[in-house]
Amino acid sequence: MSFARLKEITDISQEENILFWEVVLRDDMKERNVSREESFATMEGMLDAMESADNDYTPSLKSASGLAGGDGEKLEKCRQENGKLVGDFLAEVMEKAVKMGESNACMKRIVAMPTAGSCGVIPAVLLTYLNQKKVAREKIVEALYVAGGIGEVIATSASIAGAEGGCQAEIGSASAMAAGAIAYLEGGDNEAIVNACALALKNMLGLTCDPVAGLVEVPCIKRNVSGAVNAVVSSRIALSGIKSAIEPDEVIDSMRRIGRLMPACLRETGEDGLATTKSGLAIANKISKVL
Amino acid sequence: MNLFDIMGPVMVGPSSSHTAGAVKIGYVARKLIGEPIVSAKINLYGSFLATGRGHGTHFAIVAGLLGMKTDDVRIPKSMEIAKAEGMQVSFGRADLEDGHPNSAELELVGAEGRKLTIVGESIGGSLINIAKIDGLDANFSGEYPTLIVHNLDQPGHVAEVTSMLAHKSVNIATMQLYRAKRGGNAVMVIECDQEVPKESIEWLNHLEGIEKVTYYSLL
Repeated sequence: MSFARLKEITDISQEENILFWEVVLRDDMKERNVSREESFATMEGMLDAMESADNDYTPSLKSASGLAGGDGEKLEKCRQENGKLVGDFLAEVMEKAVKMGESNACMKRIVAMPTAGSCGVIPAVLLTYLNQKKVAREKIVEALYVAGGIGEVIATSASIAGAEGGCQAEIGSASAMAAGAIAYLEGGDNEAIVNACALALKNMLGLTCDPVAGLVEVPCIKRNVSGAVNAVVSSRIALSGIKSAIEPDEVIDSMRRIGRLMPACLRETGEDGLATTKSGLAIANKISKVL
Repeated sequence: MNLFDIMGPVMVGPSSSHTAGAVKIGYVARKLIGEPIVSAKINLYGSFLATGRGHGTHFAIVAGLLGMKTDDVRIPKSMEIAKAEGMQVSFGRADLEDGHPNSAELELVGAEGRKLTIVGESIGGSLINIAKIDGLDANFSGEYPTLIVHNLDQPGHVAEVTSMLAHKSVNIATMQLYRAKRGGNAVMVIECDQEVPKESIEWLNHLEGIEKVTYYSLL
């Protein structure tokens, strides 16, 4: 994998006068030795899989622990009855994010993008965009390359694993990837893309991975909602022309350092934080009797 | 790692390490034994043991043993499918020394009577490591066609195997050698860039001093 800095992508984009997503696509062609069509078809396959996962949401399903399931339907009902407070776009983003997180907990097929625990963020944003803004599917696939380029840089220079970097590495990375993708869809240039990414990631720095009973359910599912909404909000800030005071690549560097400083008890071990609260322990105790 | 390790994979949830990785361990074991499995004793260790039930790790390993891949929507139903296909499944606790936190030991018997014991580790994302085969170190990823040769620790066996591979134009990606003790049981683990022809594997099986040949094909 070639990109360790966002600046490498934007430099190539400028030198060769091609768009951000095109730089990522060409790199994939080289890396995996595939044609342009093959690469594009694989990425479109990911969009197809996200759509089927969204369509397959089953409100009556519960996860093995009994903790997860049915909340997506509540948000759907809420949106139909009163979507005004956040507007229809964000209301659908929120609903889709919870649904995907719940489907994952209930052993349905999802796209781990970048991880299974954060699988709701990118589809929530991009499928809502596809549904409400009526853009061509190709545009959404291009936006997925933008997200992928950002994800590559974060994976190389920081981490996308909760056990290594806490939740900032999972939901944080997904949110930064999604923010860049929307910035692109909304007509943003490279500056807008990398600033959307930086602004989104900054809001997620320090987020710990402390899941109750060690399961990808509490707080993971609802955190997908925050990650998705944060992506939309951050891209809007960037699109207005506001810049991150900290260089985007430096934000990613700080995420790596924060992850290293985070104690192991807050990196997917379930040994502290929410997992060891009175409620968390009570839930874990109850689950251990069911499972 | 490539772009689609980040933009994917498509998988059945909830966890890349505890679900997708667990399916892969079972899948590689099924490929290694090379015949339908009639009996599987699945011993879990560490986090697999502690949180496996909530992550569907049990279903996932059984699904892999039935030949399912990580995106197969039948994974949650694998126990029923195993029953229907006549695979006996039982679960226990693995007693491993210094095992990886996400480990499973699988004791398998095939329909033709072949026996195989492996220790698989889910090492992050959905990547795995097959740490042991039949008690001897192995350490391969399941990402390449892999040839595992158990032989007596005598001069010449490595040359026999590698010259066969050269003759069949198979390039070696990685190669490891282990032995229990001098002159005792030894094992070669060879990850290849191309598939090894079936007849070459049969040929190896008949050589003196070669005790068991196991092959993991990507096909």
